[in-house]
This record gives sequence, C-alpha cells and structure tokens, in this order.
Amino acid sequence: MSVLDWLTAVLLVAGAFFFLAGTVGLLRFPDVYNRLHALTKADNLGLGLTILGLMLQADSWSVVVKLLLIWLLVLLAGASSAQLIAGSARRTGIRPWERR
Amino acid sequence: MNELYLFLALFILLNLLAGVLRVLLGPTLQDRMLTAQLFGTTGVAILLILSEATGVSALRDVALVFALLGVVSVVAFVRGSSAPQEQEERRKP
Repeated sequence: MSVLDWLTAVLLVAGAFFFLAGTVGLLRFPDVYNRLHALTKADNLGLGLTILGLMLQADSWSVVVKLLLIWLLVLLAGASSAQLIAGSARRTGIRPWERR
Repeated sequence: MNELYLFLALFILLNLLAGVLRVLLGPTLQDRMLTAQLFGTTGVAILLILSEATGVSALRDVALVFALLGVVSVVAFVRGSSAPQEQEERRKP
C-alpha cells in the first residue's frame, strides 16, 4: 500500500472514531440541546475526515470537487437543522439541563 | 483496502442503528427529530465509503440527495409539530 493509501486509512479510521463519539454523546447526554451539540459537531467532523480521506483516493478533479460540495452541503444542512430543532425545543418550553 | 472500506461502512451503520435508539427512548418530540439529521450525516458517510469501495460513482449523487432530503424532512417535522394555534399566530399580520 502506498503512502496515499495509508493516509486515507488513517483519516477514515479517525472519521469513524468521531462518528462513535457522536453516537455515544447522542445516547448519553442529558437533554436535547446537548444531544444537538454531539450530533452536529462530532458527526460532521467525522464526515469531514472521511471525505478528506476519500478525496485522496479520487480518480479525477471532478470527483474531488463533488466530494467537497457534498461536504459543504451537509455542513449547511446540519447547521440549519440544528437551529430549527433547537428553536422548536425552545418554543415547546424544554428547559436546558442544569447540574443538580 | 476494500476490506477496510467495508468494515468502516459496517461500523458507521452500527452507529446509525445505535442512534435510532434515541427515537425509541427520547422523552421529547425534538429528540426524535434529531434522527433525521443523524440519518443525513451518517447516511452520506456510508454511501460515500461504499461508492469508493464498489466503484459505483452514482452513489455519490445518491449521497447528495440524502443530504438534501435530511434538511427537508427536518423542516417538515418542525413545521408539522408546532401547534395549530402557533401557526395561526404566525399567519396573523
């Protein structure tokens, strides 16, 4: 395996690790606002590392640009979704968790 | 290399299944809405890895559509979950 393949493997494994961190956060955090943090930040970071690793394996520049656009779109989608869900939670009256 | 791709795709898929637990457990409605966003991010990752592993380049376009569908479904959930009285208030000038 060449250097590029090793680099891709390292980036993909790091991305998968961040997906695991996001899932653990989703299951363990105490309220919906915290779970939004875990989902939006950790999962998107994992996706970013995964796409970075896959970009190294791309055959042509058009594939690299397409992967980059997919990543930007998912970032935008994640930010908007998090904003909408948090707003809906606020309106429903869910109060942020406080350490008791 | 291919085995690594397939193993990682399976691993992320298991993460997705564990995240669906939140739909079952989640005490509030918004916890269940989170899953739409989870599917968006995780689904894109799985599809892109599989696209590289199998060589089917059309899966990248499918990943693009998944990302868009994720946003649309969250918007639909948020609009659909607000009480009709709230929507009335929004419609008033």
